Amino acid sequence: MFAYIVRRVLATIPVMAIVALFVFSLLYIAPGDPAAVIAGDQATPEDVERIRQSLGLDRPYLVRFGEWVFRILRGDLGVSIFTNLPVSLMIQQRIEPTLSLMVVTLLLAVTIAVPMGVVAAWKAGTWIDNAVMSFAVLSFSVPVFVVGYLLAYIFALELDWLPVQGYTPFSNGFGPWIQNLILPAVALGSVYIALIARITRATMLEVLQQDYIRTARAKGAGQRSILFLHALKNAAVPIVTVIGIGIALLIGGAVVTESVFAIPGLGRLTVDAILRRDYPVIQGVVLLFSFVYVLVNLAIDLLYTLFDPRIRY
Amino acid sequence: MDRRTFLKAGAGAAAFGMAGGVAAPALSQGAAARTLRFVPQANLANFDPIWTTQYVVRNASVMVWDTLYGFDDKLEPQRQMVEGEEVSQDGKTWTFRLREGLKFHDGEPVRSVDVVASLTRWMPRDPMGQLLRTLNEELVAVDDRTFRWRLKQPFTKMKMALGKNATPMAFIMPERIAKTDPFSQISEYVGSGPFRFVRNEWVPGARAVFAKFDQYVPRSEPASWLAGGKRALIDRVEWVVMPDPATASAALQNGEVDWWENPITDLVPILRRNRNIAVDIADPLGNIGSFRMNHLHPPFNNLKVRQAVMTALSQEDYMRALVGDDADLWKVMGGFFTPGTPLYSEEGGAMMKAANLERGRQMLRESGYNNEPVICVVAQDQPITKAQGDVTADLLKRLGMNVDFVATDWGTVGQRRAMKNPPNQGGWSMFHTWHAGADATNPMIYNAVRANGDGAWFGWPNVPSVEAEVPNWLAATNLEQEREAIGRLNRAAVENVVYCPTGFFLGYQAWRRNVSGIVKGPIPFAWGVSKS
Repeated sequence: MFAYIVRRVLATIPVMAIVALFVFSLLYIAPGDPAAVIAGDQATPEDVERIRQSLGLDRPYLVRFGEWVFRILRGDLGVSIFTNLPVSLMIQQRIEPTLSLMVVTLLLAVTIAVPMGVVAAWKAGTWIDNAVMSFAVLSFSVPVFVVGYLLAYIFALELDWLPVQGYTPFSNGFGPWIQNLILPAVALGSVYIALIARITRATMLEVLQQDYIRTARAKGAGQRSILFLHALKNAAVPIVTVIGIGIALLIGGAVVTESVFAIPGLGRLTVDAILRRDYPVIQGVVLLFSFVYVLVNLAIDLLYTLFDPRIRY
Repeated sequence: MDRRTFLKAGAGAAAFGMAGGVAAPALSQGAAARTLRFVPQANLANFDPIWTTQYVVRNASVMVWDTLYGFDDKLEPQRQMVEGEEVSQDGKTWTFRLREGLKFHDGEPVRSVDVVASLTRWMPRDPMGQLLRTLNEELVAVDDRTFRWRLKQPFTKMKMALGKNATPMAFIMPERIAKTDPFSQISEYVGSGPFRFVRNEWVPGARAVFAKFDQYVPRSEPASWLAGGKRALIDRVEWVVMPDPATASAALQNGEVDWWENPITDLVPILRRNRNIAVDIADPLGNIGSFRMNHLHPPFNNLKVRQAVMTALSQEDYMRALVGDDADLWKVMGGFFTPGTPLYSEEGGAMMKAANLERGRQMLRESGYNNEPVICVVAQDQPITKAQGDVTADLLKRLGMNVDFVATDWGTVGQRRAMKNPPNQGGWSMFHTWHAGADATNPMIYNAVRANGDGAWFGWPNVPSVEAEVPNWLAATNLEQEREAIGRLNRAAVENVVYCPTGFFLGYQAWRRNVSGIVKGPIPFAWGVSKS
């Protein structure tokens, strides 16, 4: 197992290198000019050119790429073209809100969706199953921002229970922290609840028809024991896979949610950086996301061994 | 989970809350009343008002850095950091004396050497500064509070240049910071104004914080825009960046923010229904919408084609697309400068106000237009340019032109408009933009109306008859003479279609009613604002 983990971690190096090359090249050939954005609308073409030179954007591709790679190898993500702040500091400022949003969303989604899927499979064909599946279809179909606006309208503006926007760091206390995260997590989580509930139901239905379940029933095992000990554990591998994919997708979903709820997270940082062509920030964030994807995949692979003893690395 | 376990968990959660796990709100009521939470028009992504000319940076900078002079609400430059000035008999030497007690935010006194360094950094980045640089004979500090500027010829617009609110403004910074190359960004933010920038609370894209500077010495006169006593009545101003207007609207209604700089027109009726919110015009000088044509390449290197487009153009169509049907919010223009300001002229501009599509079609037929594609580059991420672009595309099609509509983002427009290549080789034929009315009050600060070829703004119009009037305006010694020069300039600009204004429009601002002291102006001024 340890050798496998080391192998997988080492395998991230070429993956990250390819991502780095791809991102740098893509930004190099993409249209847009940070110097023009910095100079503003009143600047003359000469001003824009001078700024471009001062930022080093007029230098050849290979020179810029070489410098960037050299910095990355030293663990330096560079400095934002716009803010003059280190990219690592900007990521550090923004990582907590995004991480908090993802964790709360994931917890919410898993704790609601898995029991929903299990119950739907258990009561397959009944009104409970239909209700769960209708909810899943609805959650899947309504865009996150619509859910977000609706929730903000009802729970913030009308009922005045929760804030509309913003983020309070965890260090300010659990209450303020969670207050700011409930609405965004529900908005973002609705899609994942639907996704995980549907997969859980489908997998559970298949497992519940297996011989060993019939055997368990014949031996007099209780319904709860059959569902959660015998069936769910055997259905866990595909569910965990979907949750893993969900984590990766959450990063994309966080972009919209962070905008709707004005959460200063990595999603908004990425979008702002792309719109302004802040190359060092885009490169830094994409590298970070790639690394997270690789780690999530590794974690999912390792989790398989917990649920299915037949899987060995 | 059985019922007993559930109850235990609930009791545990309640105990956690009482033990302080659920913390009290971060601000007490008193502190909240001394903190103004403001939603700016855009993200404060950097903080050097000389390096960048973005309005949002200028708006934050006026809190932090003071100027020698400041425009009042009559657009007159008034003394601000300057106590007095003397002009020599020949008008070529200006001697300025600074007010006593001026301090930077690091506690150091503001000295003449700081002013000299600040003006030296500002000059290359500003059109009026560039003119001053060509006239400059010597700019020196005489003593700590006196500095002298000797020029090659008289310059009557000195106070205007040093006090204007158009970007970049002549902000005064400490010498060590002002010695930074004007095309590189400063990394230290030591100001001279009524608020100091709290750098360690700055999260670009999310938040910027400004705290009252207790040692600031305001003038004794009442505040009027950038002039008079800039009295900070609140301890902190927190800029909360909200990219989504619907979120900003909800946050204002919910009392989570106090003041929103630019609510979109669609949301104003909702805000007006809330009795805790006041809505009013933000800036009486408004904005001027426009599109610029590339004078270097076909089809718009042909004056008759440009004239055909301007003849057919209905400013009303643009304004309705931009700000809706409330006619109080927009105006059709017969000139290039800001309506309602002293130099606004409609001389020669009657045709701009009388859209005539049929006449435009006829002019286009007579122009020799050969169906060359019009590369119309439109930024879709800016509501103002998007709306204008849609109207233009429709106009050109109805006019009978071959339109290649390039939908893109503002970052790409910024790069592409600087390219002088032919349109079919990565260049462009036209792009849309807008200018704050405050920046369009005279030809020295309004670079869009200049027509000095390669030195002109994007599109590079070359119209000597327009340029000939700029020195005439500069040399004018009274308003009447200024108006005459501007009238002739306006006529020449219309006849040669330097660019196409698409109308003058106003925007709103909104605030909670417990906030007072908010004024209409080209910048959201935080001094004089208080909160109960």
